[in-house]
Amino acid sequence: MTEYKKPVPLPGPISEPFFEGAKRHELMLMRCLSCGAYRLAERPSCPECWSDDYEWVKGSGRGSIYSYVIMHQQLHPAFADDIPYNVAVVELEEGPRMVSNIVGCGNEELRVGQPVEVVFDAITEDCTIPRFRPRSD
Amino acid sequence: MGRIYGRDVVYFAKEAVRLAIEDAGLQREDIDGLLINPGTTPLGGFAGLALQGALGLGDLRFVNSMNMGGATAISMVQFAAMAVVHGLANYVVCVFADAPLREGRGGSAAYGGWAPALQPRGLSELYLAYGLFGVNAPYALAARRHMDLYGTTNDHFGAIAVAERQWAAMNPLAQEREPITMEDYHNSRWIVEPLHLYDCCLVSNGGVAVIVTTAERARALRQPPVYILGMGQGHRGVLSRPDWDADTVTGAAISKEIAFRMAGITLNDIDICELYDCYTYTVLVSIEDYGFCEKGEGGPYVADGKLGPGGTLPTNTGGGMLSGYYMWGMTPLSEAVIQARGQGGERQVPKRDVVLVGGNGGILEHHCTLVLSPHPS
Repeated sequence: MTEYKKPVPLPGPISEPFFEGAKRHELMLMRCLSCGAYRLAERPSCPECWSDDYEWVKGSGRGSIYSYVIMHQQLHPAFADDIPYNVAVVELEEGPRMVSNIVGCGNEELRVGQPVEVVFDAITEDCTIPRFRPRSD
Repeated sequence: MGRIYGRDVVYFAKEAVRLAIEDAGLQREDIDGLLINPGTTPLGGFAGLALQGALGLGDLRFVNSMNMGGATAISMVQFAAMAVVHGLANYVVCVFADAPLREGRGGSAAYGGWAPALQPRGLSELYLAYGLFGVNAPYALAARRHMDLYGTTNDHFGAIAVAERQWAAMNPLAQEREPITMEDYHNSRWIVEPLHLYDCCLVSNGGVAVIVTTAERARALRQPPVYILGMGQGHRGVLSRPDWDADTVTGAAISKEIAFRMAGITLNDIDICELYDCYTYTVLVSIEDYGFCEKGEGGPYVADGKLGPGGTLPTNTGGGMLSGYYMWGMTPLSEAVIQARGQGGERQVPKRDVVLVGGNGGILEHHCTLVLSPHPS
């Protein structure tokens, strides 16, 4: 296996469960124990009700493309062979949005509003990241 | 300003301050306030406060280093205005300087060249794992969303790029003065689709400084005064990344409301617009949020050339940051001052009673507004 040279994310102060979940092929979200709002953010407080109490729960892994772009600029050498590649913002069914890539279709097929579902990509032995693919339902 | 090499950022800051003092007919000893907006290159310790020493300014009474990106320049003027009105200082110099360009290296390296050194940590930097680098991409995400929601097209963005280049052709200080056509726009390479090269601002080295004082003092100085009729800020608040929220609405609507009320003006009173144009899209969305047209109708609104020379809404009359020079919020602010004074030369807009200045900082996160005029009210 060739060495993976793209950025490999490390867990932040509170996001270990997200990365552990990804290894199990589960897209984990934070849910406020006070108001029930979902979020995906490196911070303990709920922006809705300011409660610091939350739990990590398994999300549906389903969402839709909120926006997307095609990167033509080479700003990182490890992405050179991928150009042009897509980066999308996926709006999850539970509400939070996350940046990711859309796989399983050509860039010209991307559409805002396209329903997508999560897939998991083990980029290294220790790190798996979620990406999304179109779904037809 | 421009592709000027071999000078450091403190030199640009010093030169801008020196020229501003000279232009006003003041002496260095008159300056008793200093507000600093560091760009991407260091201006000394504490994000720029050491500039006071480098400028040899002693016994200042009002100093700060401020940064909310492209909204900072206007914000500095707002704080300076409050300071002079309340007697905290008499003459406050507001300065921005930056030197991200290096000879033989592209502009993209200046703003995105840090990518290979990144080690993303946690959810807030997760986007780096997916290849989202630089500032072009988040603006492109917002532009794409606007296009999808409202049918905005690259022709609409192109109209802004072409109009600004027409203005730049008449600005001796502009970096890019060769006219471009819509065809040139479409033929320019993709940077981050849906943004072409000509949708993106330049990168420049240089500095700009303005001096803020009371109206009474200003009237005694060398240049015709430019009065602040109104000012405001608007910060919509975005969810923290990766909840990417910066999209099709800016803080301009909030910022405008207070500034226009203070100035006692309506949109119909505005003769000239100087809007923050880090991208063509930023101009379009700002025009919508200032209320020149309905939300979503910015594309058709700008498509008829009304922003260009001879148009009904002369906008970014020095070529803006797309074609003129990229001095963050100092680009729209300095051009507004030039136009309000009637010193625009070939590009001077005849009617200049009310000039609107907008600054956008963060990624469509922060917005600041000034309403300027050559008349005190």
